[in-house]
Amino acid sequence: MANLAAVVGIGQTKYTTKRDDVSIAGLVREAAQNALDDAGIGWDDIDAVILGKAPDMFEGVIMPEIYLTDALGCNGKPMLRVHTAGSVGGSTALVAASHVQSGAFNRVLTVAFEKQSESNAMWALSNPQPFSTHLNAGAGGYFAPIIREYMRRSNAPDDVGIKVAVKDRLHGARNPLAHLQRPDITMEEVKESFMLWDPIRFLESCPSSDGACAMVIANEELAEQSAKPPAWIRGVAMRSEPTMYAGREEVNPQAGKDCAADVYAQAGITDPRRDLDCAEVYVPFSWYEPMWLENLGFAPEGEGWKLTMEGATSLDEGGDIPWNPSGGVLSSNPIGASGMIRFAEAARQVRGDAGDHQVEGARLALGHAYGGGAQFFAMWVVGADKA
Amino acid sequence: MADQQDTITGIDVPVYLKYNFTAGAGPARFLSQVKNGKLTGQRCPRCQQVYIPPRGSCAACGVATEEELVLPDKATVQSFTIVSIPIPNNPIKPPYIIANLVLDGANISFIHLMSECVNEDVRIGQRVQAVWKPEEEWDYSMDNIRYFKPLDEPDVPVAQIGKLPVSGWEGMSDA
Repeated sequence: MANLAAVVGIGQTKYTTKRDDVSIAGLVREAAQNALDDAGIGWDDIDAVILGKAPDMFEGVIMPEIYLTDALGCNGKPMLRVHTAGSVGGSTALVAASHVQSGAFNRVLTVAFEKQSESNAMWALSNPQPFSTHLNAGAGGYFAPIIREYMRRSNAPDDVGIKVAVKDRLHGARNPLAHLQRPDITMEEVKESFMLWDPIRFLESCPSSDGACAMVIANEELAEQSAKPPAWIRGVAMRSEPTMYAGREEVNPQAGKDCAADVYAQAGITDPRRDLDCAEVYVPFSWYEPMWLENLGFAPEGEGWKLTMEGATSLDEGGDIPWNPSGGVLSSNPIGASGMIRFAEAARQVRGDAGDHQVEGARLALGHAYGGGAQFFAMWVVGADKA
Repeated sequence: MADQQDTITGIDVPVYLKYNFTAGAGPARFLSQVKNGKLTGQRCPRCQQVYIPPRGSCAACGVATEEELVLPDKATVQSFTIVSIPIPNNPIKPPYIIANLVLDGANISFIHLMSECVNEDVRIGQRVQAVWKPEEEWDYSMDNIRYFKPLDEPDVPVAQIGKLPVSGWEGMSDA
């Protein structure tokens, strides 16, 4: 049985296209310092550091964790780097949580980052394989046919993706840290935006961001003494499956369903839409909201889009289960950090510390990340209460 | 003098990576066969699913695949995207169609280019066939196939995509 652990400090940077005022080390240091300040502690209070980012080829810095040890105060302390593609921010937080839940560490710092302005993510994801044609058109090119198949199966109207694109940007406009600030965005504007990877339009895609996110995770005793309310970690789960196998269900991956079932069971959740107050879910392309609504059990298969269209996931429409009140990946996407931002924003909600994008009275929230060819999943449930 | 200089916040430092690719038994067999214009898949001894290009094992069952099958160059569109941005280091001009295609007799898709088609008419279930490069240009490469073009055959119902026999779709309807 795992020991109790909680998030006691959260730090983020302002997400933006290009942070040319800081190096990668400066960027992660800023998020980490913000998390320590939020926790009301100093560098000496940290027992271990867990770092995550997406593929090294993005910035061309190989094993950046070695270079970043100084910036993250790791001298003389255990440090570990996690890598699970786009889900890495989530799985990094889970590895950090397990360091505390195991009882081996009292208080750890976890940090995830991406500095996309120093990278060429599309190139980094497009290395050729001799047994395949070299037609990799980035993540959008990979996910567009899967979205097309979802649209066919569900018979969802064409504007579901447009609605999500607008909804998440309106949420992002409430969050001063969000990269895209588009309080004036309209359905018409999204619809008219450039079709990048049909059926994915430009404004239905995530931006390219620089940024870092950090959290301090502490054991029960320390969390009880913390100045600000802790976000108690009520469930943690990771699952993965191969990218390619005959008969693989790509629209509604088994690993995602299994991961959700595991994390819900730990948190005592039987009906996620009813039992959770909000969710921060990895939606880099707008159609992934209805797809994940189904994969995560918020709606029956084929009906996720109905929740979106009813406004159930919208803060502005007073929905019962707001998804991505922070603006989500569609508003900010420093890839390696994006999963951790979901986890941290879920924690902000149950700490009652989410500012203008606070879901009123939130007590239980889901943080979710996925990566690779939608094959790596990481989730946690955090609560205002211990149990 | 110094006050005339622009502030430097970053410089381009390209990274070049060159790898030797050890194909392994499955892909090596596929590549040596495709050099002769043959598309060679492998069947999983446990679930009987046919993989192409074969990777030497079935990722679902975790067992080696050894039984070989030469597959025809006809396929069905499982899904696709119309891409409007260029691929780095690829001369192909947007908009172009990248399709997830399942060869007749195979149970898994691969991606390839579609051409000689009206983009707006491409659809899930559509029948296509490979257009090969001239034989003298064949190499150890899937690029021996230039692209796939539409076939004048009825569409495959969605439930049948990825489940056709080697004899293809029309053979199926005759049965």
